[in-house]
Amino acid sequence: MNRSLNVIKAIFKREFLSYFNSSIAYVVLIIFIVMQGFFTFYVSGLYESNQADLSPFFSWHPWIFLFLVPSVTMKLFSDEKRTGTIELLMTLPVTAAEIVTAKFLAAWLFTSISIVLTFPVVLTVMYLGNPDMGAVISGYFGSIILAGAFTSIGIFASSITKSQVISFLTAVCICIFLILAGHTPVTEVFSSFSPDWIVNLVSEMSFLTHFKAMTKGVLDFRDIFYYFSVIIFMLTANTVIINTGRN
Amino acid sequence: MIEAKSLTRSFGLIKAADSVSFKVEKGDILGFLGPNGAGKSTTMRMLTGYITPSSGDTFIDGDSVSRNPLKTKTKTGYLSETSPLYSDMTVTEFLDFCAETRGFKGRQKKLKRDEAIEKCFIKDVASQQIHTLSKGYRQRVSFAQSILHDPQYLILDEPTDGLDPNQKNEVREMIKSMSHEKGIILSTHILEEAIAVCSRAVIISNGRLIEDSTPEELMKKDPDYGCINLKIDYSRCEKNISELIKATEGVKDFKLETAEKQSRYSPVKIYPDIKSPTSVSQLMGRLEKNLSSSGCEINSIAVDQGDLTKVFQLLTSN
Repeated sequence: MNRSLNVIKAIFKREFLSYFNSSIAYVVLIIFIVMQGFFTFYVSGLYESNQADLSPFFSWHPWIFLFLVPSVTMKLFSDEKRTGTIELLMTLPVTAAEIVTAKFLAAWLFTSISIVLTFPVVLTVMYLGNPDMGAVISGYFGSIILAGAFTSIGIFASSITKSQVISFLTAVCICIFLILAGHTPVTEVFSSFSPDWIVNLVSEMSFLTHFKAMTKGVLDFRDIFYYFSVIIFMLTANTVIINTGRN
Repeated sequence: MIEAKSLTRSFGLIKAADSVSFKVEKGDILGFLGPNGAGKSTTMRMLTGYITPSSGDTFIDGDSVSRNPLKTKTKTGYLSETSPLYSDMTVTEFLDFCAETRGFKGRQKKLKRDEAIEKCFIKDVASQQIHTLSKGYRQRVSFAQSILHDPQYLILDEPTDGLDPNQKNEVREMIKSMSHEKGIILSTHILEEAIAVCSRAVIISNGRLIEDSTPEELMKKDPDYGCINLKIDYSRCEKNISELIKATEGVKDFKLETAEKQSRYSPVKIYPDIKSPTSVSQLMGRLEKNLSSSGCEINSIAVDQGDLTKVFQLLTSN
């Protein structure tokens, strides 16, 4: 157990710091913060709406994550396969599960930091009005967990290919499907050939539906459970891919 | 002891390794010889647990690599053919990372890391980022990573590849100095390296292990082993050289070869009747007497120790 924690800590540290060794971290942070500011104020008109409500701010997060999280996760395994360092990693006394967990945590921490760095928007609204702080906190909580789910999909997509481009596009495709799962474009595709219960099941998987409640200040255990299930499923699938890659 | 038992590995229809079996004890330096694509790297990757064999298994001190990967990986140090490293880290950061994953912390981690840096002569570049290092230094960092935790077994895939002659020598000396308490497997296609460093050698060709012996025994398979190699200038010889040699007692056959450029000495190969050391040495004496008394100038006369390259070619080309 101790050994496991030490290993995860070591790989986590390496992965997290490597974001800052290259320009990835700085570019992603700047783009994320600028984009969320742009969408919140210019597209959603938060200032004009005259309401101290941050849902215009949070509602853009799934769409911004759709592109930014895969760009953060695309190198996690693809790069190792391409440069050959996966061979080094897999011959150290570490398990595939430890590697996947450590990389996931590093990427998740990084995206969480970018989310938290948007706090000036909250300060602005607090200065201008009186927002429901409970809703704000649950909104951030939901946003961070949503980012976690996207991250787990992104790192999975990275493990199936050497190409960062394919990894990025695969992650985006899976995430788009899950965002739009409960909505017409996707349900239409399924209702044309699947029975009702499948269509309903797919709708239940929508990221947006589960996220909306959290932005309104409602922390439903089922929504949190859903996201954590996605994370665990994806990380498990990822571990399997890494292990079978040796065969 | 590392024991490879019938390691087989196919990639689709290609059998990269076919039932490879051998043993390595502590104190051995086993050379893996073979042409490119023979299956040396594939076999080493199976030993280290990086790829799983299609059939067969490796046992390290009795533990199976496929069933006990963690336990067996702590006992081995591996230098891959491509010496993969994290280019964005400095040498120190990288070795710290390797030490941490192997369970070293705090002062002990620093100690191990610094020891490895000293042993591999990379102190000068310790704070440099790895992507700035030359091939030679990268190889040494990779080597440092493999010995950091003082493993009982070392598996080195072409450890001197790409190094200059001085560096090759340094690495070979390092390997030899470590062999006393460790079991070492190293692959190479530089045959002089095998002779200089290895106590045993196996030849792998087309995925199969075709020889398991010592470098000296392998050299004896050279058909020219035990022959007498003469370098002689017979331009001022009074009699015909062929007749002189034929007339010498104990000569079974001989071959006159063309001289190298710029040299006035022509090589002659003499196949003795009896290859025992005493009779060969007596034959050498008689040859010397006959040839020099007829005006021939002998530049060198020596017994052929066997050419491993020739043996290698004989065994692996088909």
